[in-house]
Amino acid sequence: MIAVQGVWKFFGDFAALRDLRLEITRGSTTALLGRNGAGKTTLLRMLAALSSPSRGTITLDGAGLREPAQRRRIGVIGHGISIYDDLTAAENLEFFASLYGVGAPGAKIDQWLETTGLARVRNSLARQFSRGMRQRLAIARAFFHEPDVLLLDEPFTALDDRAAELLAGLIRQAHERGRTVLISTHQLREALALATDVAVLDRGRLAFHGPNTADLQTAPEDFYRRFTEAPA
Amino acid sequence: MRELLGPALAIARKDLRVERRSKEVVNAAFSFALVVLLLFSFTFDPSGDEVRTMSGGLLWLVYAFAGVLVLNRSFARETQNDCLDALVAAPASAAAILLGKTLANTVLLLALEAATLPVFTIFYNVRWDFRLGWLLVVLVLATWGFTVIGTVFSALTVNVQLREIMLPLLVFPITIPVLMAAVQLTTVIFTGEPMEPEMVWVRLLVGFNVIFTTLAGALVEYILVG
Repeated sequence: MIAVQGVWKFFGDFAALRDLRLEITRGSTTALLGRNGAGKTTLLRMLAALSSPSRGTITLDGAGLREPAQRRRIGVIGHGISIYDDLTAAENLEFFASLYGVGAPGAKIDQWLETTGLARVRNSLARQFSRGMRQRLAIARAFFHEPDVLLLDEPFTALDDRAAELLAGLIRQAHERGRTVLISTHQLREALALATDVAVLDRGRLAFHGPNTADLQTAPEDFYRRFTEAPA
Repeated sequence: MRELLGPALAIARKDLRVERRSKEVVNAAFSFALVVLLLFSFTFDPSGDEVRTMSGGLLWLVYAFAGVLVLNRSFARETQNDCLDALVAAPASAAAILLGKTLANTVLLLALEAATLPVFTIFYNVRWDFRLGWLLVVLVLATWGFTVIGTVFSALTVNVQLREIMLPLLVFPITIPVLMAAVQLTTVIFTGEPMEPEMVWVRLLVGFNVIFTTLAGALVEYILVG
């Protein structure tokens, strides 16, 4: 379980997150919704151990996130694709395999290059790839060490059809295997089609957290407005 | 120890592989070093004895400025495609990231030094081959000291708009002891004077490296994780 307990995050005097309390249960797929500046990316960066809370604590199964053993359990897709243009597709995955301590990574790399449709270009430099191919390599990078927790920040933004389909399939598969998934997004319908739970952030506070029910999926925009258009 | 060395070596190998392909740093730093050595050779009479007494200073001036070009790109290259996020999120400690980057930068700088040293000896009529062992010791120790500080500040300035200007302003004052020791020892090597009285400078380099490598390893977590 991911436990966010009384977390504040300040950038100078500005509080991006205000006393945030959130518990994400193991095996859930949570859609993290909110307007620009609501604090979604700030929260995801802290969950990915890229940034520390100014106050409060975040734990994964009771332990801090900066422990290397904990970070080995997390896979991240951030705003950038985080792949090296001057490495080949296989070298990119080999490099991250060595950082994540994936033993005998050769077969796993082959399998992921096959899954993402990049086996044919495994020895080509990433800089020669089309945007869609680079995105699929980024997806392979985030998933191939089989993380227990997947943190996806706007993962569907600017994805081509093939990459979006691949990602949605992998998220479903991760859920079936009991992985915990947190998806920050503006694309309500795509996220709600995958999510078991919904959390809405509004100006750094948790405005809603609950299960993704059928009536919520029928009119997601109405639901979303209810929590994000309240007067300041 | 394996937790530190494994990721560090992987990062160093990756950086060197990327540099071997892109050559963005090596070409610029090598050309810069050659141009400065050439310009200095017009300024001084290469056959004069006073050049030999200044040779250590001239050489390390070139190495320091060319080195900053290498160090500037060390973490800046990770900002492309937001690779730094993936690196920091991976289960490698910040100390391992620093060690890996420092190793790669040290190899690049030593390669630069090895490539420009023969040019220097030709331009300035300096003999160094009879004390090659000592020269290697000084180059390795001083380069490591300069690089470890430079790599930490490369991480610190990675998101600063004027990082090309900020980095030398931060690195040079802190590495003054390293550069002083390197200049003194290199000059003694080139002039053929005895090394024994200068051992204090070697001890200074070793002490500086131990203290600042340890300190950098302890502090870099706070630099990389805001």
